[in-house]
Amino acid sequence: MDRIPILRMGRTLLVTVQVDMHDQLAVRLLDDLTEMITKTRARGVLIDISALDMVDSFIGRMIADVAATSRILDAQTVVVGMQPAVAITLVELGMELPGVRTALDVERGMELLNDAGDR
Amino acid sequence: MTPAIADPTRPVVRVDITENEDVVVVRQRAREQGRRAGFSLLEITKLVTAASELARNTLEHGGGGYAELEVCIDGIRRGVRMRFVDEGPGISDVEQAMRDGFTTGKGLGLGLGGSRRLVSEFAIDSAPGSGTRVTVVRWK
Repeated sequence: MDRIPILRMGRTLLVTVQVDMHDQLAVRLLDDLTEMITKTRARGVLIDISALDMVDSFIGRMIADVAATSRILDAQTVVVGMQPAVAITLVELGMELPGVRTALDVERGMELLNDAGDR
Repeated sequence: MTPAIADPTRPVVRVDITENEDVVVVRQRAREQGRRAGFSLLEITKLVTAASELARNTLEHGGGGYAELEVCIDGIRRGVRMRFVDEGPGISDVEQAMRDGFTTGKGLGLGLGGSRRLVSEFAIDSAPGSGTRVTVVRWK
């Protein structure tokens, strides 16, 4: 069964999406992440989508759902590495991902999560 | 819709859409056709995203069907034409279905309206009981 691996670094979960995701894979990632947040008591989720060459409304909604679910479970989600062409297309599609924190790369994403953890 | 003629040197690519993975295949074929038409990265991204939305509609609402993708030319313009065909229940109110936020499925209702914004030409032919055919062209 296909699965996107989730790495744990301290109290942060790190996901690097490297495949062209079909819908069920995206749904499974949301389920797995939710379970992992609870199990590991993670405070942050970092999703690296720099390898994704398109984000459509379904994947966009999955990202928004991860952010919303993790917030309820007291964890912050940061999405990093979105390609400029993907960002432009998402906005034109009508998805602006409200409530999703973003950063340019993994390093800055980690900084954001660490800052949030210090508070 | 512009009477664009298909490029005779480039064959039509057909993809059957019967399961989730087929939507990914449609994206890959759309990317290839966009490259053949000489699209920029942004143009390809928009084309591929529209293809993904429309292929998902064919699967989710049409119960499956197929897509046809081809490079087309109109004078000196080049573009990619994509057709999505299903024999599903059809759409009773096309205008309503095109509106953002309207959904009968589990999506966001951005499929039709959103994909229309990502292409140059958009035509939909559907009626209850007679399936749905969506044809789009994106020009370079």
